[in-house]
Amino acid sequence: MKVLVTVKRVIDYNVKVRVKSDNSDVDLNNVKMAMNPFCEIAVEEAVRLKEAGIATEVVAVSLGSKVCQEQLRTALALGADRAILVESDEILESLTVAKLLQKVVDDEKPGLVIMGKQAIDTDNNQTGQMLGALTGFPQGAFASDVKVDGDKVQVIREVDGGLQTVSLTLPAIVTSDLRLNEPRYASLPNIMKAKKKPLDIKTPADLGVEVKSHTRLVKVSPPAERKAGIKVASVEALVDKLKNEAKVI
Amino acid sequence: MAILVIAEHDNSELKPATLNTVAAAAQMGGDLHVLVAGAGCQSVADAAAKIQGVSQVLLAEDACYEHQLAENISLLINELGKDYTHIVAAATTSAKNFMPRVAALLDVAQISEIIRVESADTFDRPIYAGNAIATVQSLDSIKVITVRTTGFDAAAAEGGSATVRAVSMLHNAATSAFVGAEIAKSDRPELTSAQVIISGGRGMGNGENFALIEKVADKLGAAVGASRAAVDAGFVPNDMQVGQTGKIVAPDLYIAVGISGAIQHLAGMKDSKVIVAINKDEEAPIFQVADYGLVADLFEAVPQLEQQL
Repeated sequence: MKVLVTVKRVIDYNVKVRVKSDNSDVDLNNVKMAMNPFCEIAVEEAVRLKEAGIATEVVAVSLGSKVCQEQLRTALALGADRAILVESDEILESLTVAKLLQKVVDDEKPGLVIMGKQAIDTDNNQTGQMLGALTGFPQGAFASDVKVDGDKVQVIREVDGGLQTVSLTLPAIVTSDLRLNEPRYASLPNIMKAKKKPLDIKTPADLGVEVKSHTRLVKVSPPAERKAGIKVASVEALVDKLKNEAKVI
Repeated sequence: MAILVIAEHDNSELKPATLNTVAAAAQMGGDLHVLVAGAGCQSVADAAAKIQGVSQVLLAEDACYEHQLAENISLLINELGKDYTHIVAAATTSAKNFMPRVAALLDVAQISEIIRVESADTFDRPIYAGNAIATVQSLDSIKVITVRTTGFDAAAAEGGSATVRAVSMLHNAATSAFVGAEIAKSDRPELTSAQVIISGGRGMGNGENFALIEKVADKLGAAVGASRAAVDAGFVPNDMQVGQTGKIVAPDLYIAVGISGAIQHLAGMKDSKVIVAINKDEEAPIFQVADYGLVADLFEAVPQLEQQL
C-alpha cells in the first residue's frame, strides 16, 4: 500500500509572530520557517507504517513556492521515499489545496493519506476533511492511534470529552493529533541521502486546477492585550478578593 | 434567505455550545433554522425549538447519523444547505470533523473559529495560536462557518416556539463505521461550558497530586483542566488540556495552579473574565495575564484554599 503524506511550510513554532504595522498581515520577513508540527507527526506515522511492512512506499507532497522543497527534503530525510512539490507563488486557500491534492491522489492512488490536523499559521483545521469530501474517502480526523487491518483502518480519534474509535474502508484519510506519536529527528547520513531522492515539481496548471480566492483578507490586528493585575500576599487575601472585589465565588 | 445552525448534541441533550452558535448566527442577519441530525433525538429538537430567535427546527433522524459520522452528516447538510446563505456550527471536535467536508461539497471556503461577526460576510478569527486576529471577508454565496463559542454570549434557551419539521433525507456513505467511544464520566461540569475552571500544570509533579485541585473544584463546582505540559508529562488525559492544541475556554473564573503560562496555554484561556495564578516562580509569564497572582508553593496554598472556601 502506498501512503501519501502532506507537508506544510510554516513559521517555526518557537517564533513569536508580529503583526505588520500596516495591518496587512503578519510579518514573515527573515523569520525561521519549518515543517508544521502536525505534519511532522503525519510523516512519522507514514514512516512507521513503512517500517512495520504495511506501507510499501511513502510519498511526501507539499504545495507552495519553491522554498517548500526544504520541508520536502526534511520529509525525505525522515524516511519518505520520494516527494512532489505543487509549485505556486499564489496564496493557496485550503479548498484549492484540497483540489490540487485530489489530483495528486488521482495520479498516485494511495491507500492512505496522512495529513496534519491543522497548520499552526492559519489554524484552519480543514484541508484533510475537504480532501475527504472531494475524493469521497472516509476520514479519521484528530487521530491518536492508527491500525491498518486488511482493507480497513481503525482510527482512535481525540474528541471533546474523550476518545472515539471508527473503522474506515480504505482508501482513507487520517489527520494527526498531537499524541499520535513522537516524531524522530533526521540523522546526518539520512539528510545527505535525502538530497539524492527524487523530488518532482508540478504546477496547478499541470494538474488542471484553477487557483481561486474564496476569501479576502481585510486586515490582521494584534490581539487585545490583557493587563497584569495584582499580587496578593496570602490565600486569605486571595479568597477575600475573589469574594468581595471580583465577586466570582 | 435563512441561516442554518447545526445543533451540537448527544441524541438526548442539546449542548450549550449550540446557544452560543445561535447567538453568533443571529448577528449575521436572517431567519434562523436549526438542524438536529441524529438518532432518537426528538428531545433535542424540542429543546432547540425553545431557543430564543429560532424559527424552524429541522429534524433528521436515522441510525446513520447517530454518531455524527462526517461522511454521512456532510452529505445531509450539503443537500439541505443549498437553500441557505450561512451554515453555522460550533467549533467542537464534532463539527470541526464534518463542516469542512460540507464546504468542499458546496465548493466554498470554510471560515474557521470566528470570534466576532463584523457583517453578514466579514468575520474576525484568531490565527497563529491567537497571536493575531484576521478579519476575513467571504466571497462565496454560501458561507460555511464554525464559531468559537467563547466569543459569543449564549442565546436564551427558553422563550422561542419554533416549528419542528422532520426531513427524510438518507445519506449513508457506508465508508465509515462507529466502533466505540470512551467518554470520561464525571460529575463535574464540562470544561467548555464551566463557569469556574481550576487547572494544573507541570508544577503538580504527578497525576496523583491533581487530587488537591479536584477537592477545590468540588467546593467551587468547577471543571478541572490541565496545561499541555501536564498532559505531555502523562499526569492527566488529553481531553483535560486547555490551550491552543486543546480546549479553548472563557469561564468567569480561571485558576491556574503550577502553570508557567506558555503562549499555547494562554491562547486557550486568556479570554476568561477573572484569572488567578498560583505559582512559586514569581517570574512565571502567567502572572502577566493574571488578575490575582499568589506567589506560593502550591502544595501549601491549594489545601489552604480548599479549607477557606
